[in-house]
Amino acid sequence: MAVIDLANPSRFLGFANRIIPWLGALTLVVFAFAISRAMNAPDDYQQGATVKIMYLHVPGAWLGMLGWGLMTMAALGTLVWRHPLADVAAKAAAPIGAAFTFICLVTGSLWGRPMWGTYWVWDARLTSVLVLFLLYLGVIALWRTVEDPSRAARAAAILTLVGALDLPIIKFSVDWWNTLHQPASVLRLGAPTIDPSILIPLLISALAFTLLFAVLLLAAMRNEILRRRVRTLRLLQASTAS
Amino acid sequence: MSALAAMLARDLRVAVRVGGGALIGVLFFLVVVTLTPLALGPDLALLQRIGPAILWLAALLANLLALDRLFAADHEDGSLDLIMTGRAPLELVVAVKGLAQWLTTGLPLVIATPPIGLFLNLDAKAEGALVLTLLVGTPGLTFIGLIGAALAVTLRRGGLLLAVLVLPLTVPVLIFGVAAANAAVMGPVPFGTPFTILCAFTLASIVVGPFAAAAALRQEME
Repeated sequence: MAVIDLANPSRFLGFANRIIPWLGALTLVVFAFAISRAMNAPDDYQQGATVKIMYLHVPGAWLGMLGWGLMTMAALGTLVWRHPLADVAAKAAAPIGAAFTFICLVTGSLWGRPMWGTYWVWDARLTSVLVLFLLYLGVIALWRTVEDPSRAARAAAILTLVGALDLPIIKFSVDWWNTLHQPASVLRLGAPTIDPSILIPLLISALAFTLLFAVLLLAAMRNEILRRRVRTLRLLQASTAS
Repeated sequence: MSALAAMLARDLRVAVRVGGGALIGVLFFLVVVTLTPLALGPDLALLQRIGPAILWLAALLANLLALDRLFAADHEDGSLDLIMTGRAPLELVVAVKGLAQWLTTGLPLVIATPPIGLFLNLDAKAEGALVLTLLVGTPGLTFIGLIGAALAVTLRRGGLLLAVLVLPLTVPVLIFGVAAANAAVMGPVPFGTPFTILCAFTLASIVVGPFAAAAALRQEME
């Protein structure tokens, strides 16, 4: 079966139904491996056991950004090719990306409390992730405001593309803003080089969360396709009943 | 070209007539600036220090107020359909509407800034920097706002959604506007650095805003 065949929603449903159990099982296995590696990874010499929050925090940040990247590609699919599956992918990716961004914010906050002595600082990186989270919520709000799914998809696609243009500028400006007011050196986490004993569990953990993202996305897309079918059937039923 | 000029003249005329609300933004600006010292306390030294930030925030919010009627009013009376079937490119028409919007809401804010700045104990240098940054920054706010206004045109809770969609996108304007105004007074960076970035952002939004807003209008009105 060629990839292009998946453009048909029915074929996509068949594909999703077949692959979700296998991908889910693989995710569980990788998660079990990642947890055991993370638990056995050495503590940081300065931060102690709290460094283990990183195995949740860093994948959250990475998938939060990946989510917007996927939505941007789906937005191009929506606007350029009017592709119905791109609409579905964009809609399904938004809450998942928002959830991972939220995980990144919450775990970062819990990590900051013992390490920096506060739950929140207006550090450049924290602020730009917060703005990303706000943009996610804006897109979700837009999806929930427009009733017709294909119109909502195009409105959300335009907002997603504008956000994708603006996000690097926001990131840059927030970096500039922070370095102007306070040196970032206080809040930097030591040298950027990570010891392999911590880096490898982190990469495995990132892989596990990426698989989870894929499974959740496929399942959410399947649910969205079914939801649209139910909606169409109900509309038909209502119009024939009267 | 004459169609666009007529569009500009019409929008300006509608804005200053009854129900147009061209100067309500300035009134809102004044009210916000009046309320802020009531919340912070009448410490003139503190107000002088955070005055540029207060004025920028108030300008950001005042700019937002007028946006939700920008396309919605035309949509309600049917003129938006006529505009879209007209021969003038929709992107240019949207840009002209943005210009008219800025002339009736952004520019009055800039003009009102010096007297309102006196309430916040700003000196002449700070006032000058603030007027310059607002003059350059408010078109950026308007043209980013165009996108939100176009997206929200047919929605029932459009105004509320508009604020949620547009405000996060204006983070760079706010940061560099306030940074430039502060840099002129206390440094340490020269005024030109944040100011030129602010100019760049405004120019970029003048390019992107009309295209995105026109695309949004097309798909809304289908």
